[in-house]
Amino acid sequence: MSTVEGYNFAYLDEQTKRMIRRALLKAVAIPGHQIPFGSREMPLPYGWGTGGIQVTAAILGPEDTLKVIDQGADDTTNAVSIRRFFARTAGVATTTDTEAATVIQTRHRIPEKKLREDQIIVYQVPQPEPLSRLEPSRAETRRMHALAEYGLMHVKLYEDITRFGHIAISYDYPVMVNGRHLMAPSPIPAFDNPKMDMMPALQLFGAGREKRIYAIPPYTSVKSLDFDDHPFRTTRAPHACGLCGADDSYLDEVVTDDKGGRLYVCSDTDHCETRRAAGHTGSETPVAEAAQ
Amino acid sequence: MAYVAVKGGEKAIDAAHAWLASDRRGDPAIAEVSTAQIASQLGRAVDRVMAEGSLYDRDLAALAIKQAQGDLIEAAFLLRAYRTTLPRFAYSLPLDTAAMQIRRRISAVFKDLPGGQVLGPTYDYTHRLLDFALLAEGQPPAPPTAPSDAAPLRRVNDFLGHEGLIEPDAPSDATPGDLTREPLTFPASREVRLQALARGDEGFLLALGYSTQRGYGGSHPFAGEIRVGEARVEIEPPELGFAIDIGDITLTECQMVNQFKGSRTAPPQFTRGYGLTFGHAERKAMGMALVDRAMRAEELGEDLTAPAQNVEFVLYHSDNIEGTGFVEHLKLPHYVDFQSELETIRRMRADAMKDAAE
Repeated sequence: MSTVEGYNFAYLDEQTKRMIRRALLKAVAIPGHQIPFGSREMPLPYGWGTGGIQVTAAILGPEDTLKVIDQGADDTTNAVSIRRFFARTAGVATTTDTEAATVIQTRHRIPEKKLREDQIIVYQVPQPEPLSRLEPSRAETRRMHALAEYGLMHVKLYEDITRFGHIAISYDYPVMVNGRHLMAPSPIPAFDNPKMDMMPALQLFGAGREKRIYAIPPYTSVKSLDFDDHPFRTTRAPHACGLCGADDSYLDEVVTDDKGGRLYVCSDTDHCETRRAAGHTGSETPVAEAAQ
Repeated sequence: MAYVAVKGGEKAIDAAHAWLASDRRGDPAIAEVSTAQIASQLGRAVDRVMAEGSLYDRDLAALAIKQAQGDLIEAAFLLRAYRTTLPRFAYSLPLDTAAMQIRRRISAVFKDLPGGQVLGPTYDYTHRLLDFALLAEGQPPAPPTAPSDAAPLRRVNDFLGHEGLIEPDAPSDATPGDLTREPLTFPASREVRLQALARGDEGFLLALGYSTQRGYGGSHPFAGEIRVGEARVEIEPPELGFAIDIGDITLTECQMVNQFKGSRTAPPQFTRGYGLTFGHAERKAMGMALVDRAMRAEELGEDLTAPAQNVEFVLYHSDNIEGTGFVEHLKLPHYVDFQSELETIRRMRADAMKDAAE
């Protein structure tokens, strides 16, 4: 089945896949809890998504259709590179269409389109430990998770409010999973956090360099940390997409000249293209396209 | 104002790889370097790549060096990524470094000792003058030879051990951990720590070892012995029930002897720091031995004050494949996160200016 000579289907040998699947099962059983696993060196560097790649390799079957996004886009170089890796080593079908994908590997975004029960989203995670900036020792943070001792994080959020008037974390915003484990959602913008709550799709997280796997099973409660008088709120650029006119999607700010010119476009390229194909237009839609 | 969507990542990657290949080859008018030349003439580079790549294979290490244009960390990464795919046939029996075929063996703590000081092929007493004769091609004169003494050279520490002056190094039947199969956990046992150091970055170990000498976790080291030579690797297949020799590997071993004033439970005696690496790599082995001893601070009841004594700090940052990956991943696009930071900082600035105006 493999399309690269000398390597197993989806690159990893079956023993390694089995080890990863065992870690995944544990992870699903304890939502949000980090499971150490024997992460392997991959032919892509640490930091490029080796955790996500190992998780995807362990769950991918020949019938799957894979979508890979980085920053919400299918056409960023790293997304292209990872999609190609699986097209070569597993020969699976790939797509940019969120609806058509059975497995979506992502770095830094959750697609705008609501995911379904028959889909799995795999997150690439640089730092799985949500407490890492407050406590560098992993022996100590493990203890804090075991005791659900999360006061340190609440104090950090409180200090933000006293200094800035609001919580100043804009991405990798900590969440409480299933009312028990504090979890790093990976560096997605806080805008995406609410999508994780009660998501019908299985959410898997792989951190290759840090050698941790964790998961959120379908329909699990995921709450962004906040206070009663300072409820969690999301931010996005206060504009509409210049290409499709969407005013509710997460936007990239594109510099267009050296005089402060900006164009705001959907970060989710598939979302934007789907809307444009359906006839939606924005302020910068090329005339020829708008006329169709 | 026109916006051209950033497309064509695939084409750009292919073009970049083609450019890289031609860059690697360099001026086609100059003869291409062969991996055999690298393996035999750039031996220390090959040794370093084998050690940090955790794979003893001179030919593949030479190939990796050629492929990486001499970038040794990139070469070690190539070797690591290949190594992961290899099946495990067996674990070797513990190596007997006392039975090594010695090329070099020196001790800084005794003027002379059984077996003598063997200088071997060392840069130690070369004068660092560029040798312009190497610009011209030619054969160096053959080195002098001496009749070989096949008898194994005992380790210097064994001489100290007789008097009980140095802590005993008792053999253990416990199965050692395997860092390449199980993730690090803390507290980490000494053999796991040594595994991590053995594949750790030479520059990192050098700097940390150096820091212990300058007062950050000092341990008063003496180079008890440094030996370089060929050690026999044996495995014991279960179906045979006896050990078979599968080949020799070149190793560098360093035994540091460190002062120890004694504690409530241990009398004053010398303690050990240990370094072992693939190939001829004395700098690495010595740095490793210093850091190994520094990381034993807690076990020996010493104050924990310095970076080299912090086991988590050392072990989580010694691996240059992990380090280079995470540092260099900052090159990947982060514009989604940056966008959220832009919105946050704009809001904070607006608040600050409003406050200032009031």
